[in-house]
Amino acid sequence: MAFVVGYYALLVIASCAAAYFNQRKLFLMLFSLTLVSFVLGIVGGVPALRAVTIFAGLLAFAGAVSYAFREFLIAMSGEELAKELRTAPLTAAFGMFVIFTYAIAGIFAPWIAPYGEAEIISTAFAPADENMLLGADQLGRDMFSRIIYGARNTVGLALTATVSAFVIGATAGLLAATKGGWFDQFMGRVADVIMSIPSLIFALLMLSIFGPEIHVIIIAVAIIYAPRVFRLTRAVAGNVVVMDYIEAARLRGEGTGYLIRREILPNSTAPLVAEFGLEFCFVFLLIAGLSFLGLGIQPPTADWGSMVRENATLISFGDITPLIPAAAIALLTVAVNFVVDWMLFRSSGLKEQ
Amino acid sequence: MGDILSLIAKRLGLGLITLLVISIIIFFMVELLPGDIAQAVLGQGATEENLAALREQMGLNKPAVVRYLEWLAGAVRLDFGSSVVTGEPVTQAIGDRFINTLFLAAYAAVIAVPFAITLGVLVALLRNTVFDRVANVTTLTAISSPEFFLGYILILFFSVRWGMFPAISSLSPGMSFGELLERTFLPALTLVLVVTAHMMRMTRAAIINLLASPYIEMARLKGTPPWRVIVKHALPNAWAPIINVVALNLAYLITGVVLVEVVFVYPGIGQALVDAVSKRDFPIVQACCLIFAATFILLNLAADVGSILTNPRLRHPK
Repeated sequence: MAFVVGYYALLVIASCAAAYFNQRKLFLMLFSLTLVSFVLGIVGGVPALRAVTIFAGLLAFAGAVSYAFREFLIAMSGEELAKELRTAPLTAAFGMFVIFTYAIAGIFAPWIAPYGEAEIISTAFAPADENMLLGADQLGRDMFSRIIYGARNTVGLALTATVSAFVIGATAGLLAATKGGWFDQFMGRVADVIMSIPSLIFALLMLSIFGPEIHVIIIAVAIIYAPRVFRLTRAVAGNVVVMDYIEAARLRGEGTGYLIRREILPNSTAPLVAEFGLEFCFVFLLIAGLSFLGLGIQPPTADWGSMVRENATLISFGDITPLIPAAAIALLTVAVNFVVDWMLFRSSGLKEQ
Repeated sequence: MGDILSLIAKRLGLGLITLLVISIIIFFMVELLPGDIAQAVLGQGATEENLAALREQMGLNKPAVVRYLEWLAGAVRLDFGSSVVTGEPVTQAIGDRFINTLFLAAYAAVIAVPFAITLGVLVALLRNTVFDRVANVTTLTAISSPEFFLGYILILFFSVRWGMFPAISSLSPGMSFGELLERTFLPALTLVLVVTAHMMRMTRAAIINLLASPYIEMARLKGTPPWRVIVKHALPNAWAPIINVVALNLAYLITGVVLVEVVFVYPGIGQALVDAVSKRDFPIVQACCLIFAATFILLNLAADVGSILTNPRLRHPK
C-alpha cells in the first residue's frame, strides 16, 4: 500500500515540478505515465507498478551513466573531438559506454573471470552461491566466467570476420570505381548473385561442406558480406571519382594505388566507418545464430550463442540465466547501432527534417 | 500494356538466370569437399567396398557435369534424389515440412504486415515526438536481438510464467485449425516482432522521404487538410516503396524462420536443414538451400514487379 501511495505521490510531484519549470515534454511524459499507471494498476496490480518502477529506474540509471560517460569522454579528449562529442545524443553515449565495457571485458577476460572458461568447478546446473555469481552451466562450469570469456571469443570472431569482409569488399569496390570497365561489371554481377542467396542459408551450406572450423566461419562470412560492402564502397567512391581533383591527379600521371589511398579513401571515410558498424551488427547476429545452431565456435571454448542453446532447458524452470548471453549479444548490437545512427546523422545528408 | 508485360518477362528471365547460377553454386560447392561425398558421409573408417557401393548408388562415378544436369532435371520435377542417411526420398522428407514452414511464415505475415504498415505510417506522421523516439529505440532493440533471444523471452513469459501457450509446437495430423493456431502462436509472434520492427522502420523512412517532396509542401500550402494530403497525395506514391518493404521482409521471414523453428522445435524445413547440415546429408542440404534461394528470389522479383506496376515512372525508363 505504502508503495502505491509513494509511487503516485512521486509521479504527481515530479509532473508538477516539470510543469512549474516549463519543461513541457518532461511534464507530458510524466503525467501521461501517471494516467497510464491508473489503468496498469487496475489491470496488473502492484506487480505491474513495481515493474514500471524498476524499468524507469533502469532507464534513468542508463541515462545517468551515459551522461557521465559522455562528459568523461569530452573531458579526456582534445578540442576538436570534444566539439564533436558534445553533439552526441545520450543514446550514442550509451552505445559508446557499452562498447567500451565489452572491450575491457574481452581484453582483460583472464584477469576478470574468477575461473577458466573450461574449468569444471561444480555440479551441473548448480545454483548461484558466493563462489559463482550466476551458477553453473550444464557441465558445472562457472557461468559468469564463461560470459566474460565469451566477450573475447564471440566478439573477437565477429570482429575478425567483419574486418575480412570489409577489406575484401572495400578493396574490390574502390578498384571497381577507379578502374571501371569489365572489372566493374564483372564484380557487380558476382555481388548480385551472392546477395540473392539468403545469408544464413549460404553460411549453413558452406559450413556443412567444410565443417564448423573457425577459419571456415571467417571465410564464409567474408564471402557473404563482402558484396554489401562492395556495393556501398562502389557507390560512395563512384561519386568521388567524377570530381575534378581526381581528373587532375590522373592527368598528373598518378597510379591507381595513389588515387585510392590519397584521393578517394580520405573523402569516403565517414560513410565507410558507419557501414563498418552496421556490417558488424549483421555479422555478429549471423555468427550468434550459427553458434546457436551448434555450428559456430566449438566447445569447450565459451561462446554466447552456444551457451544459450546448451542451457536452454533451464528456461522451462523459469530461470533466466540462459538468457544473459543472448541479452549480451542484443545489448552490443543495440549499442553499435546507436553509435552508427549518430555517425550517419552527423556525417551525411540523412538529416531528417 | 505491352511494355509492362515485356518488362516483367525481362525481370522473370533475370530471376531464372540468377536461380540457375545459384543452383550451379549449390551443386558444385559440394564437389569441393575434400575427398568426395561418399567419403564425407561414411567417415574415415569406411571400407573400400562400402565406399564403392555408395558411390555406385549415388552415381558418383559419372562426371560432375552429367550429375549436375541430372540433379537439375530432377529438381525441376521436384525430385531431389534421396537422403544419404535414411535413404528416404528428399521430397518425401521435406515436403510436409515445407508446407508447415509456409504456414508459419504466412501466419506471421498476416499479422505483421497490416500492423507494421499502420504503425509505420503513424510513426512517420508523429515524427520527432516522444512516441517516435520510443518506437525508434524499441524497434532498434527488436532488430538487434537475435531471434532466439526474443523466442526464449516469449517462452519464459507466455508459457513458463503465465502458461498461456505451449513452448513446443508439436503438430499432429487431424488437429483443428484453432488448435493449430494456438500451438504455433509463439513462433509466429517471434517472427512478427522481428519483421514488424524492420517493416516499421522502412515504412517510416519511405513515408518521411515522400513527405519532404515539393508537391506535398504545395498541397499543404494550398490548405489541404492533413488527412487528405496523406490519402490523396502521399499514399498513391507510397505504394511502390511499401510493396518493396513488404516483399523484402517476407523474404527475410523465410530465412528468419530457421532459427525460430529450432527454438520452438517446429517441424519445418529450417529444422530439417539444420539437422541435415550436422549429419552432412548433402542431398537434403542442397534441396533446402535451393528452395530457400528460390523463395528469396521469387519474393525479390515480386517486389520489383510490384513497384513497376504501381509506379508509372518505372514503366517508361528513360
